[in-house]
Amino acid sequence: MQYYIVEFSKYVIALLMGIYTLEAFIALGKHRDDEKTGVFVRQNVYMFFVQFLAYLSMCLQTGQIEYLFFYAFLQIALFSTIILYQMIYPKSNRLIINNMCMMLSIGFIMLTRLDYDKAMKQFFIVVISLAAALIIPFFVHKLRFIKHLKWLYGTVGISALGMVLVLGQVTQGAKITYNIAGVTLQPSEFVKIIFVFFIASLLYKAATLKEVVISAGFAAIHVLILVASRDLGSSIIFFMGYLFMVLIASCNYLYLIAGFLCGGGAAIVGYHLFSHVRVRVQAFLDPFSVIDNEGYQMSQSLFAIGSGKWFGMGLYQGTPKDIPFVESDFIFSAIAEELGGVFALCLIMICLNCFLAFLKIAMDLDDIYYRLVACGLAVMYIFQIFLTVGGGMKFIPLTGVTLPLVSYGGSSVLTTLILFSIMQGLYILKFTEEKEQEKARIKSEKAALKKMKAEKSKAGVKMKNVEKEVQDFV
Amino acid sequence: MWKKKSKTSFSDDGVKKKSNRDIWFTGIFFSVLFVAMMGFYAHFVIVEGQDMINSSYNSRQKVLTAKNRRGTIYSANMEALAETITMDDGKEYRNYPYEDLFAHVVGFSTKGKTGIEAQANSYLIQSNISLSDQIDNEIAGVKNPGDNVYTSLRIDLQKIAGKSLGVSKGAVIVSNVKTGEILAMVSKPDFNPCTIAEDWDEYLEDEDSTVLLNRATQGIYPPGSTFKIITSLAYLRQNSGNYENYSYNCKGSFIYGDSKITCYHGTVHDQVNMIKSFAKSCNCSFANMGLSIDRTIYQETIECLGFNQSLPVDFNYSRSKLKVDDSVTGEDMIQISFGQGSVQMTPLHLHLITNAIANGGTPMKPQLLTKVETAEGELVKEFKKQPYKEFMTEQEAATLRMLMTEVVQQGTAKKLKGLEYTAAGKTGSAEYNMVKEDSHAWFTGFAPAEDPEISVTIIVESIGSGGDYAVPIAKRLFDAWFEVN
Repeated sequence: MQYYIVEFSKYVIALLMGIYTLEAFIALGKHRDDEKTGVFVRQNVYMFFVQFLAYLSMCLQTGQIEYLFFYAFLQIALFSTIILYQMIYPKSNRLIINNMCMMLSIGFIMLTRLDYDKAMKQFFIVVISLAAALIIPFFVHKLRFIKHLKWLYGTVGISALGMVLVLGQVTQGAKITYNIAGVTLQPSEFVKIIFVFFIASLLYKAATLKEVVISAGFAAIHVLILVASRDLGSSIIFFMGYLFMVLIASCNYLYLIAGFLCGGGAAIVGYHLFSHVRVRVQAFLDPFSVIDNEGYQMSQSLFAIGSGKWFGMGLYQGTPKDIPFVESDFIFSAIAEELGGVFALCLIMICLNCFLAFLKIAMDLDDIYYRLVACGLAVMYIFQIFLTVGGGMKFIPLTGVTLPLVSYGGSSVLTTLILFSIMQGLYILKFTEEKEQEKARIKSEKAALKKMKAEKSKAGVKMKNVEKEVQDFV
Repeated sequence: MWKKKSKTSFSDDGVKKKSNRDIWFTGIFFSVLFVAMMGFYAHFVIVEGQDMINSSYNSRQKVLTAKNRRGTIYSANMEALAETITMDDGKEYRNYPYEDLFAHVVGFSTKGKTGIEAQANSYLIQSNISLSDQIDNEIAGVKNPGDNVYTSLRIDLQKIAGKSLGVSKGAVIVSNVKTGEILAMVSKPDFNPCTIAEDWDEYLEDEDSTVLLNRATQGIYPPGSTFKIITSLAYLRQNSGNYENYSYNCKGSFIYGDSKITCYHGTVHDQVNMIKSFAKSCNCSFANMGLSIDRTIYQETIECLGFNQSLPVDFNYSRSKLKVDDSVTGEDMIQISFGQGSVQMTPLHLHLITNAIANGGTPMKPQLLTKVETAEGELVKEFKKQPYKEFMTEQEAATLRMLMTEVVQQGTAKKLKGLEYTAAGKTGSAEYNMVKEDSHAWFTGFAPAEDPEISVTIIVESIGSGGDYAVPIAKRLFDAWFEVN
């Protein structure tokens, strides 16, 4: 019986995940969510079953009853998030909420399987972050002055990154984290959002050569500090985010091409300058030739993906722990191994679905500033996924960044939840904008109607007078 | 017209509204990137997934071995060549019913993995039986049977090849010309894979022991006169396929500078043309021919035939090596012309060239595995038979087939003449040290000459001439093939 459930759930999970993804794209294609409630409720049901089957199967195999308790808490946390959002922001984007919860639950399934202690730690961070993020949409559509704080963003962003460079701890040869009162922070994660606000405030009024050059200077400072801290992944993410924000602001593709050329040039210089870049490239080109050293991580990741095939080895049936840093940088490979290629590809598509939903929000916005913010965050989000997933499968060289919402890491998950909440805020903002416009329109129409009526009655009185005069005359 | 180009438009209420073109571009840009990435993923899982499991660095092998019982390797007529037997106490051992007969080609899986045991390892340790059976096994507490691997090896041909080599060192490869399937592959001396674990230290102690080496695929030999096939092809290429004008007067020896070479046993062949030079295997004539060929054309010919390159096979092999450029002296060139000197070849490679000639210029990829099935007989994977690259044109292949037929009709392989089938081939007697009497006996050829079905390549080490020692083995193999088919 146990075996039956474990083996069977593998296929059912992949199937449910496939249907979920399909529905997500159908929902994305439609306009606004008036008649789509059914889709979202169904998605929640699929999500529930995926989690239930995964935890049941893990519980059966390990005999750890506490996993079921953990599962119960997880369900409560996620469903209350969905319900609270509904209650507080009736006009929120449910597709994005569902995707967010789905990715969180995939992350928890895998973390529980890999390291239960870390899963619990992550759970507390996520619950606090979810609660904190719940108020963000409110701020986004109420605090309209945020677009004028450009120098605050610049100062905070650069000094936070600079502080890590000077004072940060060295982990794996990179200075990324910083300790405050026993809590390890990774400021480059939070600065991502501040950076987007900063660049948007520099470019939203106009994006002529002058503004682009000034913003490029500031963006370069951010990127170079990150390069100096050896945080390659983040520096590329900042760079890409900046490039696409300039494109949206200026509508000039020459900037994008120039940016790619500069980026390519910088990559070549970096390759010759830094040995850690060369090591990464070597491990990318032929991981098996250096399998005992530089290529070990990469090879193990490929073994994991190759062994998983389409439907996976099943939870606890593989050996994803052979991959160093599997919970943070290689969680995708672990998912591919135990839950299978179908599931992993669906996960990628859900990420892409979020990105496209973000862009859709951006398209609806009229305010250039918010458009830039939405696009910048969206590009940074999707590019981070591209780096970690593409790196894990040897599509591109490895950079060692997290898979947002899925990987282990407090700073990463908090930042991503803030990002998702900002997007919700922008979505609601659009709605209130529309409502205000509608109100204004109705008001002006009413006024016009009144005026017309007044004129009409005036004319009517006039007519009556004329009629009367005529009758009198007759 | 100008309206289309404007980047901003104004909606009715006068609020400035940007066009969404650039956001669409951003969306499409990353979507394309992601679709490419997912395509890469799918390609990886389909094409390379199996290799990933097979890497010895992959710890998942242990997981699979603990879950599944290693599958069986079958011969072409469904007889087990390697099987795992579970004893009453639950212990498993790997049994090889034919013991040393398939030692190299099937290999072993106890002390590391070799041969098919290594090549097909990932299939053998995986089980694709139905879910319900897996559950039954789980309940019964027995391992799942691993998938079975079917090969093209034929026991009858393998037996003949093994017996014919006897106590001599050497190798035999037999294959089906039309499919590329390897029907037999023998390497001597051999070992008993059933007892490899016990005999292991003995093999390691003796540093000169080459028992474990598969001579058919990894042995590097001077090809001797069989290499005249390649020199002839280079000559044909230099003279646009025209060989009728070639003639040479053989006096039994050929002197160039300080070096002197002779024909085998000092035979004098007198006036020879191309056909006779090839059939009688006249060294002097080929030395003369080799010197006349442009080095660039010669080098291009051997590169085209796969020298210094990888071969299209999934098992371990050595690369054949040869460089012909301006640094090669005339003396060296003479030696190369008839396969001595710096020429080094594996029997497998020579066999592939023979298959190319037999198959109209393009050989089929050599294959040992035909299919993989679950223990219940469901097909898991079928190995497609596919042609490899073109080694030579059909015209060149036809000319070489004619030359090789004449070797049987009037030359060194007369022992194959006058049979129910017409064979074709080339013999070789390769000298490998200063003692002239010691030579490796070679034969590579196919039958029927008109429409080749089967090809063989044979080397018997330090025994004598190819015509005397290798050709009879070919005859036995051909006989068996035509008797059965």
